[in-house]
Amino acid sequence: MKEEIIKTDGLTKIYGRHVAVDNLSFEVNEGEIFGFLGPNGSGKTTTILILLGLTYPTKGDAIVCGFNPIREAVKIKRIVGYLPEHVGFYDDMTARENLKFTARLNRIPDEESDKKIEELLEIVGLSGFSDKKVGTYSRGMRQRLGIAEVLIKDPKLVVLDEPTLGLDLEGSIQLIELIKNLSKEKGITVLFSSHHLNEVQRIADRIGIMIQGKMVAKGPIETLAKEKLGVDKGEYTLEELYLKYFQEG
Amino acid sequence: MQGVYTIFRKEVGDHFTSYRFIILFALILMVSLILVYMSGMSLKESLEGGVKPKFVFLLLFTSSGSLFSMAQFVAFFGPLIGLLLGFDAINRERTSGTLSKIVSQPIYRDSIINGKFLAGVFTISIMLISIVLLVSGLGLLLIGVVPGIEEILRIIIYLIISIFYISFWLGVAILFSVLFRSVATSALAALALWIFFSFFVSLGANVLANAVAPIEKDRATVEMIEKHVKIQRAISLFSPMVLYRDATTTIIDPTRRTTKSLLFITPMEKLSLERFKSPLSLLQSLLVVIPQVTILIAITLICFGITYTVFMLQEIRSM
Repeated sequence: MKEEIIKTDGLTKIYGRHVAVDNLSFEVNEGEIFGFLGPNGSGKTTTILILLGLTYPTKGDAIVCGFNPIREAVKIKRIVGYLPEHVGFYDDMTARENLKFTARLNRIPDEESDKKIEELLEIVGLSGFSDKKVGTYSRGMRQRLGIAEVLIKDPKLVVLDEPTLGLDLEGSIQLIELIKNLSKEKGITVLFSSHHLNEVQRIADRIGIMIQGKMVAKGPIETLAKEKLGVDKGEYTLEELYLKYFQEG
Repeated sequence: MQGVYTIFRKEVGDHFTSYRFIILFALILMVSLILVYMSGMSLKESLEGGVKPKFVFLLLFTSSGSLFSMAQFVAFFGPLIGLLLGFDAINRERTSGTLSKIVSQPIYRDSIINGKFLAGVFTISIMLISIVLLVSGLGLLLIGVVPGIEEILRIIIYLIISIFYISFWLGVAILFSVLFRSVATSALAALALWIFFSFFVSLGANVLANAVAPIEKDRATVEMIEKHVKIQRAISLFSPMVLYRDATTTIIDPTRRTTKSLLFITPMEKLSLERFKSPLSLLQSLLVVIPQVTILIAITLICFGITYTVFMLQEIRSM
């Protein structure tokens, strides 16, 4: 049995009258890529924010990397990299300066971070642009820089919120492959949310489908397909599966 | 602390390289130099041949050549420094998406607000100190009188009070940048508050005093005028600008024995009176302004406290 990196129990978040996350219980195992699926407004981002201690649950518990996000948020943020949906950089600073700033916030000494920044920019394919101001970057480049930024703290877990939003097909595939390789090479656990089904299908080991704050299904895609559609490997698309759940939900 | 320091460092760097800061600094320096030049020239003229009175050097800051004095200028224009350095501190980061990035780094959330506030205070201090030094240099050249130790101490205290005063406005601006999503709204709100406190409070104090204790032209008694002035004063004390002006003029003008205006004395009489009375010692001057200084420091801290609380309680979701 692999260690559970994330475990939630009855997580609930209520904004006024709106129930954003409804009695959510799921777990993510070490080293896997977990795809978080669901339409806009289904509570994916809220769940992620709770896990990082950036917002507090109304009810329920969560454990991330062995820490409680309500009381030990800083400890979690030290080892969890988070790429928000709309990643922001200081446009008048270069990519290198932006990464340096994040490195300093993570208490990485300058001598150490210099080398690391070079490495990371190389990995995400931006080493040719490292001294250009981020304001001149395309959306795809910013997103890749976001990945580099997330990796600067040597995370155990990486949380990506809609990493491919607004990217063209080629950019999406590049990014997805990058994430996949990183996860496999460095053994980083990845939790990512998306509503692009084929991306999720391409890399996720397990998925969780969220609809209106509830997780209606979780598990490996094949298992879910077998259960729900009664088909074997290769004879379904995630789309069918997703629609099935969506209609029922 | 690492978080505060990192943010502080970045913010200070941003301030000093921004056009906003450079333009503001150049503008204030220019006006200050002109003001001190004018007051220096007129001082030089009036000192010609006569016995030099005590504290000539401080007169550079308090006497007005033909416009207004340096101290008045800082009282009026200083808030703008604080406002311009702070009005987009938080909401600019929010719109560009960098705020949600910073809060997901391993720092406490208050480091952000602390770092930004301290960076602003540091920038303000550097700005004021360098301007006062430059202006003093010019004054030295013009009137050729070396300031005594007490004068230097008075200028240092003046600087400290000024830094608190401008930091108060910085706090107001940062508060607005936390409250309002849009940069334009927070800038406008901050400017509106500045104008309100600078002009309308004293104007309103006048109107209210007229309404509550009118002075009848023909039958004006001393009691009537006294009541009128008291009410006017009480209301105008709500303005940080009045507090600051009262505090600093007493500090850099040793001949002032009270922060109240010398109402019943005509300008000529006042002048002759000041010639003959001996100046207050520094300690005495400080005692006179303790209430004002305390209030100034208190409102600065209260303002920062409110900003801090609002920011800590804000939902990250909306960031």
